[in-house]
Amino acid sequence: MAVMHEAAHEEHKLGFLQRYVFSQDHKIIGIQYMMTSLFMAAVGGVLAMLIRMELGWPGARWGLAKWLFPGGFTGDGTLKPDFYLAVVTMHGSIMIFFVLTTALSGGFGNFLIPLTIGARDMAFPFMNMLSYWLYPPAIVVLLASFFVAGGAPNAGWTAYPPLSALYNPATGTGLAAPGSGLGQSLWLVSLAILIVSFLFGSLNYITTVLQLRTRGMSMGRMPLVTWAQFTTAILMLLSFPVLFAAVVMLLFDRHLGTSFFVPSGLVVGGQLVTHQGGNPLLWQHLFWFLGHPEVYVLILPPMGIVSEILAVHGRKPIFGYKAMVASICAIAFLSFLVWGHHMFTSGMNPLVGTAFMVTTLAIAIPSAVKTFNWVATLWRARIHFTPAMLFAIGFVSLFVTGGLTGIFLGSPAVDVYFQDTFFVVAHFHFVMASAALFGLFGGLYHWFPKMFGRMMDERLGKLHFWLTFVGIYATFFPMHFLGMAGEPRRYYSPQMYDFLRGLSGLNMFVSLAAFGLGLAQLIFAYNFIRSLFRGPKAEGNPWHANTLEWQADSPPPHGNWGATLPTVHRWPYDYSVPGATEDYIPQTVPVTAAVVAGGALHHPVQGGAPDEPPTTDLNSA
Amino acid sequence: MAEIPAATGERRTGRLLASLIVVMIVFGGVGMTLLARRYWWLLPVASAHGVDVDRLIYTTFVVTGIVFVLVHILIAAFVWRFGARGTERAAYWHDDRTLELTYTLVPAAVLVTLISMGAVVWARVHGPAPADSMVVEVRGEQFGWLFRYPGPDGIFGRVDPARISPKDNPMGLDPADPASADDLVTRELHLAVNRPVRVRIRSKDVLHSFFIPAFRVKQDAVPGMTVEIWFTPTREGTYEIACAELCGIGHYIMRGKVMVESADAVQTWLAQQSH
Repeated sequence: MAVMHEAAHEEHKLGFLQRYVFSQDHKIIGIQYMMTSLFMAAVGGVLAMLIRMELGWPGARWGLAKWLFPGGFTGDGTLKPDFYLAVVTMHGSIMIFFVLTTALSGGFGNFLIPLTIGARDMAFPFMNMLSYWLYPPAIVVLLASFFVAGGAPNAGWTAYPPLSALYNPATGTGLAAPGSGLGQSLWLVSLAILIVSFLFGSLNYITTVLQLRTRGMSMGRMPLVTWAQFTTAILMLLSFPVLFAAVVMLLFDRHLGTSFFVPSGLVVGGQLVTHQGGNPLLWQHLFWFLGHPEVYVLILPPMGIVSEILAVHGRKPIFGYKAMVASICAIAFLSFLVWGHHMFTSGMNPLVGTAFMVTTLAIAIPSAVKTFNWVATLWRARIHFTPAMLFAIGFVSLFVTGGLTGIFLGSPAVDVYFQDTFFVVAHFHFVMASAALFGLFGGLYHWFPKMFGRMMDERLGKLHFWLTFVGIYATFFPMHFLGMAGEPRRYYSPQMYDFLRGLSGLNMFVSLAAFGLGLAQLIFAYNFIRSLFRGPKAEGNPWHANTLEWQADSPPPHGNWGATLPTVHRWPYDYSVPGATEDYIPQTVPVTAAVVAGGALHHPVQGGAPDEPPTTDLNSA
Repeated sequence: MAEIPAATGERRTGRLLASLIVVMIVFGGVGMTLLARRYWWLLPVASAHGVDVDRLIYTTFVVTGIVFVLVHILIAAFVWRFGARGTERAAYWHDDRTLELTYTLVPAAVLVTLISMGAVVWARVHGPAPADSMVVEVRGEQFGWLFRYPGPDGIFGRVDPARISPKDNPMGLDPADPASADDLVTRELHLAVNRPVRVRIRSKDVLHSFFIPAFRVKQDAVPGMTVEIWFTPTREGTYEIACAELCGIGHYIMRGKVMVESADAVQTWLAQQSH
């Protein structure tokens, strides 16, 4: 009982600032990450609309936009080429680092990890708070780049030098592009701050999962969503420091006269550059050593989320639990060995290309296993088509579509044609961006009741799904054909080229679909905000789910569990067990109290921990 | 505890989703591909290795297309069939060694096949160039392409970036090197049909990428490096060169032209350039 007193007491004495702003509670931090990420998603989404305005009607005049973005449009309302590149760069950077990574890992990771393993909080709550509070400053620094001389960076989210490296300290502008001035430096500093935030977070996640699992919660009984978060944290901890180093090196090249990435003898703007002896490929290797694990940082958490949703809303155990865990680990391991497939045309030795082709296509095998396991989970399920479930099924479709085009790009001889065309844009918007977004939406619809103690509106949620699912396919599927026809990405306008002439109709269609897709997200925003205040009160376990977070109150109190930590007696997927009274058996139900899952305790991975009924309260002892 | 909301509407929603998957994704996807073959497709191939590349693209297209259709039909069928109804329970079925092994090994076999085919084509693309190849240099800059032919001596003279001057010496040829005297620097690329050509790719300032869609050729121009590729143009005509690596605000206007013509025509044109 001592703990409950302590927890209640603590909650009582904390002021507003400590409870909701500088909170050390993992749930509040998770929600803070989520809210900030959703705000950034709106920013990134508006930038996407600007891109599609330009590509749908190149050089057109937009009277209204001129007033909204005074620096980015000319007096007669056409979008400036350097602003276009700034928008492209910022859309990518924001969506990848400031939306998907922060929402899926920062938001769901923080909220779910302690709750799903039966812990009271993260291992290092103070560091957790620091992790979140590095994120808003990173945003401020990033967005400030729009307002400095030269504007936001022009070099793309990959920031390839020398374009991003050459800087004239006297004028504060870029040598090779306007945005390579102070804007590029701010971008680099912002990323460095955010990386520190990610490292604090991932250290915390790994320690928490390894050290704070409650009694009976063996690794083999962890829900897949937690396995995915745990593996993602390892990926982040190992890959982000490499980007940090690269970012610092590029800052040195720009401001301190080093030449890591800039070779001798460049002539830019009629002037001989003084840098000597660097190599642009070094940046590409360092960047993609992070960059490829990063796409799995974005997709592993949705994979975990979707596995949970399919089981809970399909009322059926996830198919092939062990294979799912094994494939998460295999994908994570292989993700460190595939970065070179971004560099088949970079000038890297072709022999190395062959090696990267093998590892790249190898990573398709665990991905295929996961896909078939999800599909097998639907077989003879009893599906409740909640918004969460619809988005989860949508995720599987998007992942299949985007994954298959990856087989083209993984083969270097084919990639030579498709590299840097819209085919690549279509590929990663399906497999990584849209799929991750569907995981995010599915997760929000699923865990909203737990996060906020209220239900979201189902009808609006379904409408949001239909429009988004159709909108995604209408926007990104035709991009494959823009790429087949050879349209390069990051073009302000394709009109210069004869071979791209026939694509204007298709580009207009894509833009209109994108606007529809963007508008459909307003339904979500309305539903989300309205449900926060007006949604019907949620009960503790509205979906009749087994995992631990659903056995706590909605929302869970500070410390999560009251006096006694939960004890785990079974794996998380005992749905529709024959002979049981209910169609779900929470992990906390002792073996003797309900029918034992078919074989779940006989497998070493699924039921390794000795099963003891709770005798004493460990915490008060 | 309240029951889960009654499952009456579930079957209807499932059938709607299944229909959407079949109509929009399967029919729409296949239909749009057929439409695209007429309007939005690869340019007709105009290089020797491009034929191999296209074959690989089509093979991959067929394999992935079949998987795309099958998996979506499977999802649609399950979604159609297994919506919740009343108090019926799902099957408690969560492991099947044979099934899992099958869908691990079959994709693995397919991928090994595609890897092998890909490796063969890749090795051919980057194999040693034939001895009778002509040689030409391509240099990217913001925002255009410059070409250099070695002249009768077959040797490219030394270049010195400090000597670059946009009007008089755009390539930065070093007159101290005798080999540079007969080098021809041009703004257009002329190649002989059916004659292999080695292309040495360089950059003056930032990254560019030498992309000739009709030849299925793309190679980054990396400052500080000279990257050599080779290919054989097989059809006479004029083709566009595009830049495929973001190089600054004029990236989208960095257009070049390559003329493929008879060997004699190339010689005549080269002779005209030397005046």
